[in-house]
Amino acid sequence: MTEQSKIQITASRRRFLQGAGAASVGLVVGFHWAPRHAMAQKAAAGEPKLINAFIRIAPDNTVTVLSKHLEMGQGTYTGLATIVAEELDADWKQMRTEGAPADVKLYANLAFGMQGTGGSTAMANSWDQLRKAGATARAMLVQAAAEEWKVPAREITVSKGVVSHASGKKASFGQLAAKAAAITPPADAPLKDPAKFTLIGKDVPRLDARAKSNGTAQYTIDVKLPGQLTALLQRAPLFGATVKSFDASKAKAVPGVVDVVQVSNGVAVVAKNFWAAKLGREALDIQWDDSKAEKRSTDEVMAEYKELAKKPGLPARKEGDVDAAFAKAAKVIEASYDFPYLAHAPMEPLDCVVKLDADKVEIWAGDQFQTVDQGNAAHVLGFKPEQVKINTLYAGGSFGRRATMQSDYIVEGVEIAKAMGAKGNSAPVRLVWTREDDIQGGRYRPMYHHVLKAGVDDKGEIIAWQHRIVGQSIMAGTAFEQFMVKDGIDATSVEGAANLPYAIPNMSVELHTTKVGVPVLWWRSVGSTHTAFATEVFLDEIANATSQDPVALRRKLLAKHPRHLGVLNLAAEKAGWGKPLPAGKVRGIAVHESFASFVAEVAEVALQADGTWKVEKIVAAVDCGTPINPNIIRAQVESGIGYGLSATIKPGISLAKGGAVEQSNFHDYEVLRIHEMPKVEVHIVPSKEKPTGIGEPGTPPVAPAVANALMSGTKVVFRALPLPATASKSA
Amino acid sequence: MAIKFTLNGKPTSLDVDPDMPLLWAVRDEIGLTGSKFGCGAAQCGACTMHVDGEPVRSCSTPLSAIEGQKVTTIEGLGGKVAKAVQDAWIKHEVAQCGYCQSGQIMSAVALLNDNKKPSDAEIDEAMQGNICRCATYVRIRAAIHDAAKTVRA
Ligand code: FES
Ligand code: FES
Repeated sequence: MTEQSKIQITASRRRFLQGAGAASVGLVVGFHWAPRHAMAQKAAAGEPKLINAFIRIAPDNTVTVLSKHLEMGQGTYTGLATIVAEELDADWKQMRTEGAPADVKLYANLAFGMQGTGGSTAMANSWDQLRKAGATARAMLVQAAAEEWKVPAREITVSKGVVSHASGKKASFGQLAAKAAAITPPADAPLKDPAKFTLIGKDVPRLDARAKSNGTAQYTIDVKLPGQLTALLQRAPLFGATVKSFDASKAKAVPGVVDVVQVSNGVAVVAKNFWAAKLGREALDIQWDDSKAEKRSTDEVMAEYKELAKKPGLPARKEGDVDAAFAKAAKVIEASYDFPYLAHAPMEPLDCVVKLDADKVEIWAGDQFQTVDQGNAAHVLGFKPEQVKINTLYAGGSFGRRATMQSDYIVEGVEIAKAMGAKGNSAPVRLVWTREDDIQGGRYRPMYHHVLKAGVDDKGEIIAWQHRIVGQSIMAGTAFEQFMVKDGIDATSVEGAANLPYAIPNMSVELHTTKVGVPVLWWRSVGSTHTAFATEVFLDEIANATSQDPVALRRKLLAKHPRHLGVLNLAAEKAGWGKPLPAGKVRGIAVHESFASFVAEVAEVALQADGTWKVEKIVAAVDCGTPINPNIIRAQVESGIGYGLSATIKPGISLAKGGAVEQSNFHDYEVLRIHEMPKVEVHIVPSKEKPTGIGEPGTPPVAPAVANALMSGTKVVFRALPLPATASKSA
Repeated sequence: MAIKFTLNGKPTSLDVDPDMPLLWAVRDEIGLTGSKFGCGAAQCGACTMHVDGEPVRSCSTPLSAIEGQKVTTIEGLGGKVAKAVQDAWIKHEVAQCGYCQSGQIMSAVALLNDNKKPSDAEIDEAMQGNICRCATYVRIRAAIHDAAKTVRA
């Protein structure tokens, strides 16, 4: 998801703000970014009409930023509003954010070419766009005041949401909004000198903190339209199985069940409430056709991966002459690493609400891929994308799960509404996945097997590096394939490995892409979830084998990578690297770049004599360019560490012989709980570079840092995730 | 037969399947949606409500079991402890996606009602049933300590 891609889904120019009502007639500033020139249209008097917009100023003086990005916890709504407020010289208290409608022409993620959130791109791709939007809106407000007061615009100042003139004249944004809206936006409103920033770089309070502390924040599961029904869908017990036949009579007899309909992914029970739908679903009798289903167990698949790894894969990176270098190496070190399937398990299970009419459909969802979802929903209904209206609500977490090229849960909801409609029932439908549906529903982080081999010369220098990766492609078979898969290499399978920054003269990174019937998806930090572990643990294995300090070795190999070095040195210094630890404590480090941000983490682990252990503290150093909101950066790094640590200590998803998923809910797909959360210290490298992402980059280094700490204490190498609960017994 | 109980101080009567979990009765039938569905299996705490002052997992509590009892949801929280907890939650910016936080706050209020000066270990113990996939645990701990201070003052 990190690369440019252009998905052609047509969306016509649409009127929006229809729901905003007459009361919010005010300034609407917008830009059309293709082809790169700001272009806005005068709003007709009395009617908020816009071509495209990021900023709305209401007569009540609130400034609303229309966010093209989903707020799923990462602080995007606050961050985007901060950029606008800074250039606008607004008062933070007047800022609001709401989800923009689905409209690819206005709200494309500039990194994707379509509307969607992911790859930690929200700040990076909005930075220039929203600074310009804010600066232009400010210029229009100033111009409006100048005309009103008959003074030169250059004599007008704006501060904390107040426009004023030396004569004593003052006005709020709200008072000037209507007039400003009629002004032709200047093409070249000057951007603020970063030295004068008053909000960017400060801990401005999150805009959603209150609503998320008193139960009023609205999620999809909370939507209740008049007459709305709730649907639960029984999906196949095996990946790839389909419905052969079913008997709905018992389900229909459950009080509250309204109907039972078949859709592509299974059989849906539609009922007056969740509970009736659940009882109805339990009463379904379905015969499945599993002739095309995946029936291998994960053990069997992993055994195949290990066989495959013995052969060379397709080249993802080739430098120097690896074979020759190995031939003259004084020592060859080899290791293999295994990674399980992982479910995302966002706290709010997948859900959507669909209201279908004859010529339009309205969808409510914590939507992460609006353009794709709009296109897929339209396809199901034979509509044009512009007949699909998407209301993006807060998502109760996602970690990648709500962004799929197939729009799985959205398509299910739309198909159910369509099937109900065909039977004459046009009630809005809320589709809810249960936790069991989520854990067993696939679209996991793929399972991987890595084999690494390094050659060192007699001085301990690494002269050869060979890295083989075996696993499924996330992008193959999707609309992203043409951009993300080149010469058989899915960039997301090898990211973090193919771009390894270490100065090693002869390098080969190879990939075997496998075909398994388990659907897979990006999972917070995508390829780096496994490549960071394999490369960083292996580097420590080399450090051990050549009696070098892990930090000193990295420093040497990163001499030409100042930003890697910056975080490495900062984390090492803050964690007191090299200083003796109390008895029973061990330390390990890892550094990794993902999504153009750089993170190093030092793990401090308490290791008991019996081999049991607990991560007590993580010291992180991050460089994500200009820090927009340091407190949110810290929060995201804490979160990324907790998410990564969960997969470090808790087992993943496994398939039994026959192909059934063995886990079903949080009792057997365990996740990190509060007593397992270490203390976290986050240090931010000051930077004037453009901001880069922080939602994901905190995740990759934690697992290898912990494994390296355990290795330093036990001299045992840990080569699979999750790490064993007892560190002394396993190898 | 209607089941009678008190919800956020109001006498309430519901004539639904007595096996319907309290969570869904409150969300779907009464329309209070602050309490969330996370697992339906008493594993995650997102649905935590107070029944006669004790935190319970409402997803796994049948409506029939609360006949005649006092139920409090996040919408009905009030008083010094609740205010201290919610203020601390905002001050520490605990919430990320926010979905688990109603449940976290209900558990935290119950803890501080019993224990005005919980240690880290006591916090861990009381809050272990509440999963946060955004891993806001560091801030939950800090906010609880802070709220405890306010409550003691
Ligand atoms: S929803 Fe009740 S404990 Fe998870
Ligand atoms: S804040 Fe997202 S699950 Fe807790």
